[in-house]
Amino acid sequence: MSSTEKTPAAAATTPAAPAPAPTNRVQLTVKDYGGLKSTLCVGCGHDVITRQITQAIYEMSIPPYKIAKMSGIGCSSKTTAYFADRGHGFNAVHGRMPSVATGAMMVNPSLVSIGVSGDGDTASIGAGQFVHLLRRNLPMVYIVENNGVYGLTKGQFSATADAGSRLKTGVVNGLPSIDLCAIAIELGCGYVARSFSGDMKQLVGLLKGALAHRGTALLDVISPCVTFNNHESSTKSYKWAKEHEIPIQEIGFIPYYEEITVEYDPGTTQEIELHDGSRIRLKKLRADYDATDKRAALALCQEAQEKTEFLTGLIYAEPTKKDFLELSSVGPNPLVEVPDERLRPSQATLDAIMESLK
Amino acid sequence: MSTAVLEDQRADAARRSPVVNDFSIHVATANGSGSQSSNSILMRSIFQMGIPVSGKNLFPSNIQGLPTWFTIRASKEGFIARRRDVGVLICMNPETAHEDVRTVAPGAAVIYEESLKLDGLRDDVHFYAVPFQKLVLELVHDGKLRRLAVNMIYVGVASWLLDIDMAEIEKAVAKQFKSKAAAVEVNMKAIRGGLEWAQKNLTKRDPFRLERMDKTAGKIIIEGNAATAIGCMMAGVQFLSWYPITPSSSLAESLIDYAAKHRLDPETNEPTLSVVQAEDELAALGMVLGASWAGARSMTTTSGPGISLMSEFTGLGYYAEIPAVIVDVQRVGPSTGLPTRTMQGDITSTYYLSHGDAKHVLLLPGSVEECYAMAMDAFDLAERFQTPVFLMTDLDLGMNNWMAEPFPYPDKPFDRGKVLRTKEQFEAHVAKFKEFARYRDVDGDGIPYRTLPGFVDNPAAAYFTRGSGHNDRATYTERPDDYKNNMDRLARKFETARKAVPKPIVSGSGSRVGVIAYGSSDFAVEEARAILARKGLTVDYLRLRALPTTPETQAFIRAHDRVYVVDQNRDGQMYDLLRLEMGAECGRLVSIRHYDGFPLDAETVVEGIEAGEKK
Repeated sequence: MSSTEKTPAAAATTPAAPAPAPTNRVQLTVKDYGGLKSTLCVGCGHDVITRQITQAIYEMSIPPYKIAKMSGIGCSSKTTAYFADRGHGFNAVHGRMPSVATGAMMVNPSLVSIGVSGDGDTASIGAGQFVHLLRRNLPMVYIVENNGVYGLTKGQFSATADAGSRLKTGVVNGLPSIDLCAIAIELGCGYVARSFSGDMKQLVGLLKGALAHRGTALLDVISPCVTFNNHESSTKSYKWAKEHEIPIQEIGFIPYYEEITVEYDPGTTQEIELHDGSRIRLKKLRADYDATDKRAALALCQEAQEKTEFLTGLIYAEPTKKDFLELSSVGPNPLVEVPDERLRPSQATLDAIMESLK
Repeated sequence: MSTAVLEDQRADAARRSPVVNDFSIHVATANGSGSQSSNSILMRSIFQMGIPVSGKNLFPSNIQGLPTWFTIRASKEGFIARRRDVGVLICMNPETAHEDVRTVAPGAAVIYEESLKLDGLRDDVHFYAVPFQKLVLELVHDGKLRRLAVNMIYVGVASWLLDIDMAEIEKAVAKQFKSKAAAVEVNMKAIRGGLEWAQKNLTKRDPFRLERMDKTAGKIIIEGNAATAIGCMMAGVQFLSWYPITPSSSLAESLIDYAAKHRLDPETNEPTLSVVQAEDELAALGMVLGASWAGARSMTTTSGPGISLMSEFTGLGYYAEIPAVIVDVQRVGPSTGLPTRTMQGDITSTYYLSHGDAKHVLLLPGSVEECYAMAMDAFDLAERFQTPVFLMTDLDLGMNNWMAEPFPYPDKPFDRGKVLRTKEQFEAHVAKFKEFARYRDVDGDGIPYRTLPGFVDNPAAAYFTRGSGHNDRATYTERPDDYKNNMDRLARKFETARKAVPKPIVSGSGSRVGVIAYGSSDFAVEEARAILARKGLTVDYLRLRALPTTPETQAFIRAHDRVYVVDQNRDGQMYDLLRLEMGAECGRLVSIRHYDGFPLDAETVVEGIEAGEKK
């Protein structure tokens, strides 16, 4: 017997090497999409969302160096340091992340812009920039980690707190909450979803859909604050959210490179083709709900508000809407790649301008 | 003595001592009455006659119906600052006519609408009553055009009064209406009508006359905002975000117009300037920082109220070290102040703009030529020093018409600063310095290297951009030594910038008296020096062109017993900054302050210096 024939037997007796971690289409492991260790409170909903973002960008095979992580100020806004540290991050000033993202995307649309904000950052100090981001339909994923309170400043109500909800200190919120999804639909956002940090399967599906969408994708994710807003009288607690969540669909995501293998019944399932050719498949849990019907979507938001229902899923989709780059005069090529020598008009051009001023 | 005899004597006096090419023409109208074209034609015709000229629009914050004045100054010596006394008044606005007549200098010529009956108001000026309303009915048959054409009649009357060459008027009209035959014809008819009526019915009694010279050949006339816009275009600006605000809107609009024609990529024919009209000034600067962080040459343009709103983002730009060019076309006051009047109002607030410790580079253009050149400097400095740079013009410079030499083609390429744009550049940097640390001072000049999102596919090339709390690897930290090290490096960087900003212009010949001024004050200060020199007082001059100051300024102050600092604001903002910089020697400084909303005039400077020298 030759030595080569012995090899399999020998291999069988040595300890098995750990199976290599699976890689995605750009040959990276999920670890390659990781970031710094979170410094948020143990059990914070935001950390769960961070894990789903990490999973989604890994599964979508986005080259990490192309990711631009945008955030404002607050607990939520810290989380962009906890994923994709091979991509650049930008902590803007409070409530002003949309403007920074707008500037970056206008000059380099090849970036994949992922914004993480909170309810204070978005619905109060950033309300102005938020509505204009939606109005412009800037290509970016905008995640609101919504817990109804200000965490870093220790527990004040935010503008998304429900009327009648009570702080641990006993303070009752008398003002109506701002429904970020309803605002987004009203302003023509082409991808509007609500989710819950405790519903990981739904969240990762919605995130992948958001990444495949071109234009602003808004995800309003209820993400309980374990320190300041997780008590009995809160309507943003784990307990309340788990008991009240009513998914309007089951979310499936079929990437563009996978063939359709399953037939579906359009009566019970809605499939929406996204910008990059991927499809989001919505198995209807609410009869006759059409996620591409803007009026129905607004009615749904209003009904949920009236009944204090916690409806989650893809509330509205308009995947063919033009984004801000298409609506403005710049071409599809990133401006930042135009070499300097093509940015300065010629001597003859300047001379002609001067001549016209004589 | 009869009135007729008095008239004859005046006419005689005018003949004996004519005032040639050295007076101001003041046109009083209501805004929205369409006088802009007429005033522009008047100014251009004088310019084309070779006479140095400037045009200033004193306008209200309103669209239609409120008083507006346009002042054209002709100056054979080339002085183009505002002139306090009015030589020729054209009174077209009944609302202000009485006040307008009261404020002109004795001996002035006053052209007015006959029905206003102004001639009884004063007996020391020369009145010329013109039946404008009657004439326009005869000259213009289209009723809709009459409101505008009536303004052309005063151009005709003025051409008679001042001897303006009709051929030059024809040229100016053709330029104004871009040779549209119908418009040229109707306007020329009104102008000729005015001229012919004046020839037949008026007798010249005032001394003011224009005579052809050769001092404007080859020169251009341009507003400062257009000059800045051309500078930005030539600087290769790729991203503009702005929020409309007087007096800076015309800068953005001018840049958009020029770029649409001249900034298409020669290879793809795509625009190479991206423009976003922002929701407010906070967003405008946020977008600029985002675009600049991503690697584009980026700018915004605004005025005082916008500067206030940009304070927080300016601080972030300073600490995160992101280039930005911010043009501040300064004006008066907040809210419904005097938004259409000029002021050097934002010097102190902008120099220190932000919370926390911050100081910024401010460029102070003193002419339209410098608006053009310093716009380019601003981009180079912003990218070289990775920080917001402010180009401080004002309403007078920005929105008024200035004569200038044609702008020269830039003689140096862009300075894009320390950017590791490619994989090769990044790897070479790592090989040389062992690692890439975003905020590390590897060259000893305080300026670190930066990478751009999405450019270099290397895990070590990414960094996290945030405010003041970071170490030299851009990692979050609250350690005292990290914070202090970073602050000290930023201070070092500012000292490097001090060596790179435009140096002041010094002129003089060893007088004991000096003057320091900046920005649009230059025209009035130069004229004041000439007036004082005629009176026997030589005044040396240092014109600041940037903050931080450079050693030349300290040296200049030390070399003079008294140095007058001219500010167009109430608090002597530059005077205060210089006092801080001069420490114990600040006693040599004397403040001259002009702050009534009108552009500075030479008399104010002369009076200020004379008052100080008499003490």
